Amino acid sequence: MKRMPSSFLVMSLLVMLFLYLPVVILIGLSFNASTMGVAWKGFTFQWYEKLAMDQGILEAALNSVVIALLSTGMALILGVGTAIGLETRQKRQRSWVNMILVLPLVIPEILLGVALLMVFVLCQVHLGFGTIIIGHMVFNLPLTIVIVRARLRKLDPAWEDAARDLGATPWDVLTRITLPLLRPAIWGAALLGFTVSLDDFVVTFFVAGPGSTTLPLKVFSMIKTGMTPEINALSAVMVVVSMLCVGLSWAVQQRSTPVSSVSSY
Amino acid sequence: MNESVVLDKVTKTHGLVKAVDHVSLSIQSGEFFSVLGPSGSGKTTILRLIAGLDRPDQGDIVIQQRVVTLDPPHKRPVNMVFQHYALFPHLSVFENVAFGLRMKGESQAMTQKAVSQMLALVRLQGKEKRLPGHLSGGEQQRVALARALVNRPIVLLLDEPLAALDQQLRQEMQGELKRLQREVKATFICVTHQQDEALMLSDRIAVMQGGKVLQVGTPREIYDCPVSSTVAQFIGLSNVLSGTIAHCEDGLCRVEHEVLAPVKVVCSPHDSLQGAVTVMVRPERVHVSSDMSANGYDNMFTAIVHQVVFSGNEVVYHVRLRGEVIWIARVPIAEARARPLTVGQPVYVQWRAQEGLVLPAHSTPC
Repeated sequence: MKRMPSSFLVMSLLVMLFLYLPVVILIGLSFNASTMGVAWKGFTFQWYEKLAMDQGILEAALNSVVIALLSTGMALILGVGTAIGLETRQKRQRSWVNMILVLPLVIPEILLGVALLMVFVLCQVHLGFGTIIIGHMVFNLPLTIVIVRARLRKLDPAWEDAARDLGATPWDVLTRITLPLLRPAIWGAALLGFTVSLDDFVVTFFVAGPGSTTLPLKVFSMIKTGMTPEINALSAVMVVVSMLCVGLSWAVQQRSTPVSSVSSY
Repeated sequence: MNESVVLDKVTKTHGLVKAVDHVSLSIQSGEFFSVLGPSGSGKTTILRLIAGLDRPDQGDIVIQQRVVTLDPPHKRPVNMVFQHYALFPHLSVFENVAFGLRMKGESQAMTQKAVSQMLALVRLQGKEKRLPGHLSGGEQQRVALARALVNRPIVLLLDEPLAALDQQLRQEMQGELKRLQREVKATFICVTHQQDEALMLSDRIAVMQGGKVLQVGTPREIYDCPVSSTVAQFIGLSNVLSGTIAHCEDGLCRVEHEVLAPVKVVCSPHDSLQGAVTVMVRPERVHVSSDMSANGYDNMFTAIVHQVVFSGNEVVYHVRLRGEVIWIARVPIAEARARPLTVGQPVYVQWRAQEGLVLPAHSTPC
């Protein structure tokens, strides 16, 4: 892209504004001293202080982080394995596998939630942490697989041949060549999965049980009793954490070792 | 002399294509052996079979009197230099070269010493910590060589080792390869599609096409006595005429061409050629001049200069004979300067009977 016509520049600025204005207003209001409405009554940190003291919110935040870590971790282990397994299969099997794999990412989340709930009830599974983690894995797994496979496909098969020729067993190839080269994709998938899990409301809403309230559920229940500035502060924290994670995820995938084996000279 | 690698009636199919078709080769230890062929001739598959990266459908592979047909790559005393080097991009030069030793479980001290020695041998001291992506093409090539040779393989396999390098580097690395082979005393098996490379480097060459070996011999044998017109054409630019044998006597044949006057060629006595044949004359053996030389050339045709190509140390003339037959002659620059020819000029094309080669027209690979 050499020179953009100025009208496109204006358009892209407007789009950015459209996308981020609500978030900016939300963050702004979280520093508003007013307890009601949007009128500015001066700058304050009090809502954040209140937030930090609220046992219910802290507990929900801890729940969210634990669930996000576990569901992401398990999705990584299963997802990386699946991705490697799929890439070594023949091409023909891949196309329909592709379709099936990304399906959980595109079907309406509410259906996913209802379906999962039905399965859990049918199997008489106690609703709680376990069911939320499983529910989050349903979208974390395809996410991981898609990201890792994209990277796998860029790896030169000659590297594996070279390693085998130098005496590497299949296990050596995996631990010394494949996994290290997949590292950026694995980190990227982990951060993205962590964020999606942290922010998920719909699936969590269906499969959560008593005593397993996550942050989004907490926000929802608080809103039901009325919008408070405390919610603004909590939302601002969640937005910033999510954006940091996604930004980091993007950055580690960009800053990866060059995957081309041919010299750039 | 003992054999280093033997392929015994080896066949490998990729899908429906026979990549390697009943190939038998016997490579002596310490030899620089080249497999020469166009792309898709199955030459890379031969290397992969010897390395153990592919398994043959039929036949056996023997390395140092041991049948290794079913052995995995890490159980073979063989290492390979891959076409685009396949250096591990996340490992430093040192770690790339050390990879094989680490897999063998060598001690840290021993690894350190062997890698340093090897990097010195390929003249890469001081670059240990670089990543492959930050090296030039020539340097990457040296790392790939060091990475293979540090394991002291009995056989080193090279897949188009110089193809990715520019002309000047290629010539430099050709000398380098010969030097390395003398120093490590291993058998080198090199796959290439560049005939000049094969001719310069090799002790012996196998010419391959369509999964079959057409001929095995020293560069001289292959260049001077190709068994078929395919080999002859592949090994160097040649002038070709097809015709029929009309008469043979005392080792001298007359080959009749449909437009040109009969061509005289010397036949070796053990050839019992009949019928359709191909006559080939190498461009450097063809004499082109504006006057009729009396130097006892057996064949003489009139022609028109069609194109003049200057290439530094020689001039290549494309001349048109009767019946649109284009003939190529390579003339040393000194001679071309002394008696210059220009496009459109009528000339005489001459060559001696013993400089022509006569081969069966539809020769079958041996």
